[in-house]
Amino acid sequence: MNSLKLRVKNMSDTNLLLTITVVVFFLMYVLAVIFLGGGFTKPQTFFNILNENASLLILSCGMSLVMITGGIDISVGTMTALVCMSCAVYLDTEIGKGGNVVTAICIALAIGLAYGIVQGFLVAYLNIQPFIVSLAGMFFAKGMTTIIKADQFNVKNEEFQALKATRIYIPFLGAVNKKGIFVPAYVEIGVVIALVLVVVLFVVLRWTKLGRAFYAVGGNLQSASMLGINVKLTKFLAHLMCSVLASIGGWVYFMHVGSGSPSHAAGAEMNAIASSIIGGTMLTGGVGNIIGTFFGVLSLSTIKNIVSQLGFDEAWWTNITVAIMICIFLLIQSIVMRRKTKSK
Amino acid sequence: MTKTGNSLTGKSLGAQILGLTRKQFFIPIAALLALVVFNLIADPSFFEIKMGQNSAGDPVLSGYLVTIFDNASELVILAIGMTLVTAASGGQDISVGAAIAIAGSVMLRILCGPDGKAAELQAPIIVAFIICCLVAMLFGAFNGALVSYFKIPPMVATLILFTAGRSIAAWINNNQLPIVNDISFSYYGNFFPGIPVPTPIFIAVACMIVIALVLKFTNLGLYSQTVGINPHAARLNGLNPEVIKLITYIILGLCVAVAGFIKVSRFSTINYSVIAKDIEMDAILAVALGGNSLGGGKFNMAASIMGAYVIQFLTTTLYKFNVVSSALPAYKAIVVIILVVLSAPIVREKISRAWKKTTSKSAKEVA
Repeated sequence: MNSLKLRVKNMSDTNLLLTITVVVFFLMYVLAVIFLGGGFTKPQTFFNILNENASLLILSCGMSLVMITGGIDISVGTMTALVCMSCAVYLDTEIGKGGNVVTAICIALAIGLAYGIVQGFLVAYLNIQPFIVSLAGMFFAKGMTTIIKADQFNVKNEEFQALKATRIYIPFLGAVNKKGIFVPAYVEIGVVIALVLVVVLFVVLRWTKLGRAFYAVGGNLQSASMLGINVKLTKFLAHLMCSVLASIGGWVYFMHVGSGSPSHAAGAEMNAIASSIIGGTMLTGGVGNIIGTFFGVLSLSTIKNIVSQLGFDEAWWTNITVAIMICIFLLIQSIVMRRKTKSK
Repeated sequence: MTKTGNSLTGKSLGAQILGLTRKQFFIPIAALLALVVFNLIADPSFFEIKMGQNSAGDPVLSGYLVTIFDNASELVILAIGMTLVTAASGGQDISVGAAIAIAGSVMLRILCGPDGKAAELQAPIIVAFIICCLVAMLFGAFNGALVSYFKIPPMVATLILFTAGRSIAAWINNNQLPIVNDISFSYYGNFFPGIPVPTPIFIAVACMIVIALVLKFTNLGLYSQTVGINPHAARLNGLNPEVIKLITYIILGLCVAVAGFIKVSRFSTINYSVIAKDIEMDAILAVALGGNSLGGGKFNMAASIMGAYVIQFLTTTLYKFNVVSSALPAYKAIVVIILVVLSAPIVREKISRAWKKTTSKSAKEVA
């Protein structure tokens, strides 16, 4: 017991919060398997959570980056809708029988780059509050989406449909269906993209100069600049990366739903912020971890699944449970951090 | 001689203008003036106020200006509370829209009874209003407690209610949409019979008077600024930062209740997912447009209120030019970015430096 306390004391803030998140997620999933059984014992349920939340995962990673540097970006959700709509319209235009997928991806990335450069410049070099800048970005994306096209429509482009239907089967994992045939579990391409990004960002944050600079800037601006870190450039890069990640997330979302609509990904920015917080990233900056964010996304969607499995059909229970969960996590973080500062 | 005199006065005039631009009031006033001039050039009939009749046959004022003041009421009331919260806690409450849904839902639940189909009012409006205020203040206190006692950043703490608020509102009324049949309830969101000015304007003005009196005769303004600038110094001076932050959130709760009352009264019913949607963003924008720092500290209440009116003025102007309501945010965003960039200290400094250069150059040329 004593050694555990000592260990907790010696852990960095980031690792401590990460541990809490991971433990809670596994506890939740194990409890769900034990008490609910049914769907949760099938591997596909877990992979479906990944399939549905691949884009949220990418958005959350970007959000964590920005939050680690002490900023915030609330434009990512509506940006997802904008990317979906632009790509959908491009792929479905009658002229020349629609565009090809590669150009569509380029369009998505271009939107992300443009957004990132403008927002990053305003935040880092003109010192405007990130909340207001991304608020304007959110409004702009919301309006532009409806200006491009006001109603929902499905993309019929064949090349895109083939890409959308691509499944990656996982060997040795799966369930036997009613007819006694073994059905392997699968994931969509988006999940692979998301997981690769998670690993890359984890490495960047952990072992590169840039990653350390993110933490330093978020922890303390003055000491970061005294260490010789280019604070403005670091902030700029964080916002740039967040917006580019948001556009990739938008493309993944687009691959998952295959349509364009102004109401796509509504409220995704708040989900991304919530996931980051559950994953142990602090809005005050300097503390956070991409792996934590990954588990944050998983926890958030698992609790949603559990609530619907429990039979609380009314839509409001999901939101209320999620809110209670965020509340509990925030309180735990607050209490743990206070204990730690006191015991020092 | 006269020439040098001219250049001197020109310089002082330039300096005066520069001084004006540094005032906090400059940005909202300038934005308002720009909008007024734009509308005057585009279509002077924008400013016409006509005497018309409403469906009940009473004489009422109509015209774009009346619409602006009428529709801005809720935003102004919220901006008052949001300014205090921003000043004291250095963050914003993003749950006000959801809290309005809760307040409105509580009110309708009391007025319409549990099944939501009662023909007459189940309770006097004043009782319903007081209970709705209490509930909203309770939720405000919840946010405030998280922020002040648990030291959670305001935006994150209010994210909880932002996520759950509309669901709680639906849950209170069992997801039904109660309709108030009593006509007297709709007076507060529309017109009192015989009075040609919309009631929300009176309510907003009353709120402004109350907050002006409070700021003048109590230390609320001073204390919340002190706490916002440096909580430790505030504590050393004998203030309790936690309690003051909590009080500002409770005041915001009260503002939310009033705004929710107006919103519900306008339609005599409620739509949980749509009512007061995105109003939190507009309220924060109003505070920012007023030139207040979103990081807490000093604030200017009048500038925030002006900011709220500027936002509504812009919205109504865009509507008048037949912009689709769903495309409206795009234009709003462009205006916001322009305003925010112009009011950024770095940009202002550069502009003033450039201004000085040109004036000194012209002075040299004259010499």
